[in-house]
Amino acid sequence: MRITCPICGERDRREFYYKGAAVALERPDPEAGDGVWNDYLHLRENPAGVTRELWYHETGCSAWLVVTRNTVSHEILDAVLASEARA
Amino acid sequence: MRFSGLRILKEGLTGNRGWTPHWRDPAPKSEYDIVIIGGGGHGLSTAYYLAAEHGLTNVAVLEKGYIGGGNVGRNTTIVRANYFLPGNSEFYSHSLKLWEGLEEELNYNVMHSQRGLINLFHSDGQRDAFARRGNAMINQGDDAVLLDREGVRKYLPYLDFDNVRFPVYGGLLHPRGGTARHDAVAWGYARGADSRGVDLIQNCEVTGIDIENGVVKGVQTTRGAIRAKKVAMVVAGRSGQVAAMAGMRIPVESHVLQAFVTEGLKPCIDHVVSFGMGHFYISQSDKGGLVFGGDLDMYASYAQRGNLPLVEHVMEAGMTLMPMIGKAKVLRSWGGIMDMTPDGSPIIDKTHVEGLYLDCGWNYGGFKAVPASGNCFAHLIATDRHHAAAEKFRLDRFRSGVGLMDEEGTGAQHNLH
Repeated sequence: MRITCPICGERDRREFYYKGAAVALERPDPEAGDGVWNDYLHLRENPAGVTRELWYHETGCSAWLVVTRNTVSHEILDAVLASEARA
Repeated sequence: MRFSGLRILKEGLTGNRGWTPHWRDPAPKSEYDIVIIGGGGHGLSTAYYLAAEHGLTNVAVLEKGYIGGGNVGRNTTIVRANYFLPGNSEFYSHSLKLWEGLEEELNYNVMHSQRGLINLFHSDGQRDAFARRGNAMINQGDDAVLLDREGVRKYLPYLDFDNVRFPVYGGLLHPRGGTARHDAVAWGYARGADSRGVDLIQNCEVTGIDIENGVVKGVQTTRGAIRAKKVAMVVAGRSGQVAAMAGMRIPVESHVLQAFVTEGLKPCIDHVVSFGMGHFYISQSDKGGLVFGGDLDMYASYAQRGNLPLVEHVMEAGMTLMPMIGKAKVLRSWGGIMDMTPDGSPIIDKTHVEGLYLDCGWNYGGFKAVPASGNCFAHLIATDRHHAAAEKFRLDRFRSGVGLMDEEGTGAQHNLH
């Protein structure tokens, strides 16, 4: 599995740290209540197929990426900077 | 058909013509009292204990593939009760006791071998942590022996004790730990459930769960609709998809865990051994193959195969710990899909839907849990009360934050357990 970092180009999977579903970018209001926070922290779509995830280019440029990836084939479909994906 | 030494002798002398299939292959009926989704180890043991302990036999197990074809046939077969936290501790202790009576209970040779499990440590801090864990195991009523370096050498003379980075300081021996024949566990429970009247229905994939006014009514399958008073979901790595059929999002992310086996060798590794530097562990099967594995690939996956970096890492760890295995040829590697929870501990609970039950979140430790998971899940389904050994495996602990069982203290991230 190789990921194309928008800054560094195509790199080995070992340069990246996997954080989890990109839902982590959608941090709720601190007072949103335990249901919303449970959803954010713990509950997952967990799709067998295409999913959006947060990866960190740990031994490269240190950028956080939103990677679109297929969990069945391991195909990497897209990788963009998390800072741009949020906007 | 009962198995016995006499029977084997008789069949051996008469051409082995008297053996019959171990279970039937029934077509699904239109209605059951209880439908269990998932014919893996946990689903089969649930069906067995529903029939054997609660007298509930109007039960179907729906399996989308074939019996024994999922994770119960893809694991590294280790059986142990060396957990630390309340909740896990009593549950795995209960499971190990069921293991110890399993062959008599099922009249089936599951090749349960209590060869001893040794977790190695490589620093003073790790020694303290293992001493504490060993005390927790003894307090639970199980066994643990803290070995010093010379103690380990008596059991495992082949280790590289003087490795510069990870010298062996000692190990925690769990004498009742060991291995079992994974396929036979599935077959034994399948046969036991079937002979008591449970229908094991293979090649039957559930495509929908019927719910009316908050009450479960049955399931839709590739072999037609089946009505049921109660429905139990026990599908490991596929828990997210099946729960979604009931409108649920659950705290599970599915990850791939790889394992490896070498060509058959003469007996050389007599125990289950784990390396404290990381997640490398190894045992030797009765056929002689060295069965070993490491950590998760660390990304969400349903591929049932991993990537090469983890293969390299596992081989490096093995060679660091026991250089003698370097000449052994790896025959096969494979991956299984693990239902990872945010605290690394499982879920056996009711859901918000009446009559719908959930058993999942076994992370990469599901095999040793097969007897107790089925035993406790059957108890919950039959009585609507939690079994004492599994009463802390609640679904709502993530929402409340009360009763989380994070053995490794790594926090609410699915891949870190």
